[in-house]
Amino acid sequence: MGTLLMIGTNKGLFLARSDDGRATWSIDPVHYPMNGVYAVALDTRSSPPRLHASLTSSHFGPTVVTSDDLGTTWNEPEAAPVAFPSDTGEALRRVWAITPGPAAQPGVVYAGAEPSALFRSEDNGASYAMVRSLWDHPHRELWGEGFGGQAIHTVLPRPDDPAALLVAMSTGGVYRSADAGSSWSPFNTGIKAYFLPDPWPEQGQCVHKVTRDAADPDRLYAQNHHGVYRSDDGGATWTSIADGLPTDFGFAIVAHPHRGGVVYSYPIEADGMRFPPDKRCAVYRSTDAGASWEALSDGLPGTPYFGAVLRDALCTDDAEVAGVYFGTRNGDVYASPDEGDTWRLVASHLPDVLCVRAAEV
Amino acid sequence: MAVTILVPGALRGEIDGRSQVDVDAHGTLAEILGELDARWPRLARRIHDERGEIRRYVNVYVDGEDVRRLDGLATPVGVNAEVQILPSVAGG
Repeated sequence: MGTLLMIGTNKGLFLARSDDGRATWSIDPVHYPMNGVYAVALDTRSSPPRLHASLTSSHFGPTVVTSDDLGTTWNEPEAAPVAFPSDTGEALRRVWAITPGPAAQPGVVYAGAEPSALFRSEDNGASYAMVRSLWDHPHRELWGEGFGGQAIHTVLPRPDDPAALLVAMSTGGVYRSADAGSSWSPFNTGIKAYFLPDPWPEQGQCVHKVTRDAADPDRLYAQNHHGVYRSDDGGATWTSIADGLPTDFGFAIVAHPHRGGVVYSYPIEADGMRFPPDKRCAVYRSTDAGASWEALSDGLPGTPYFGAVLRDALCTDDAEVAGVYFGTRNGDVYASPDEGDTWRLVASHLPDVLCVRAAEV
Repeated sequence: MAVTILVPGALRGEIDGRSQVDVDAHGTLAEILGELDARWPRLARRIHDERGEIRRYVNVYVDGEDVRRLDGLATPVGVNAEVQILPSVAGG
């Protein structure tokens, strides 16, 4: 069994494979050059696994493609797989998230879109339909746009309840449905929106990423636009877990695939200074659900290092001893085969990295 | 009698590598694009979005004239006209 590392960059998709325990990697020639790859996913529920990639051409617009042979050949449906219904008056700008549904719903795949909308596929990503209830939410006209655009970038199905679904958007924050997407409510209590006159609004937070704990589906971790939080009640309330980090700004946060309470972060100095703190490249790991954090930098470059990590450019794989991966805006990709203890360079001098995902194949 | 669509290199993969296709339609540019929607939908959606609007960094010329300086999607396209699709000088 090998490991596939999918690296989405601003100018194409790179697929790296390791067959020696994640020690060395071979990388394909670039797929879809000059397309921004904001989301990539490997759906291992099906056999063969299906690779999904979101493409955005600055000239020719967005689309979603799939591969059933790990990138040897690609498929794009004749009909646009993700498109806004005509009555919305909107056009898809890009797909920011592709998330396979829970194991109990084979064939279900979610896409988070810009402008902020959720799409659902029931045919393994061949076609998607917009989730109308979220589009019709009365808050929608209040959702704002950051520099990256207004998008749903996080979709978290609940593994033990197919009717439960959480999304996060910038700006707007966290919304949850408990009834298979029929209705939605904001879940932002405790998340600060320091950039608003009322910093504790019902909605309007700029949540950058949310990840779910491996052992407790009610436990969530969120990286906010300043602020790192944990919820132990499925998002109903959030409390800060930033004290042990060098800074509370960043974009990426990801939970360990198997071990409860283990979570990874790549802090950035501040909103107005988007470099690693002290220009030191380091992933931070907590093994106690955010109560304390340790810097992991064995094998990472020394100071000064200027590479920031975007919201989807930090991930784990699904191996028993988890691999951890990140890619930076200056085109470096690092992998850890031992849960973050040590790091090795996978690739450098790539275009700026937008997302990474990895899985055993 | 047909309208000829000249397709840029970046999009020729959607029409089996050809540099042009002919469509048996005329009227307005919208009608020509509608014919592309029906026959080569992947090509068509790279030219216009799902609202029908020509993408910002795609330029369309009818007999050498930029349709943005004419009537946009309502630009008349006569029998035997030539419609040229070109990516604009944009990108990073």
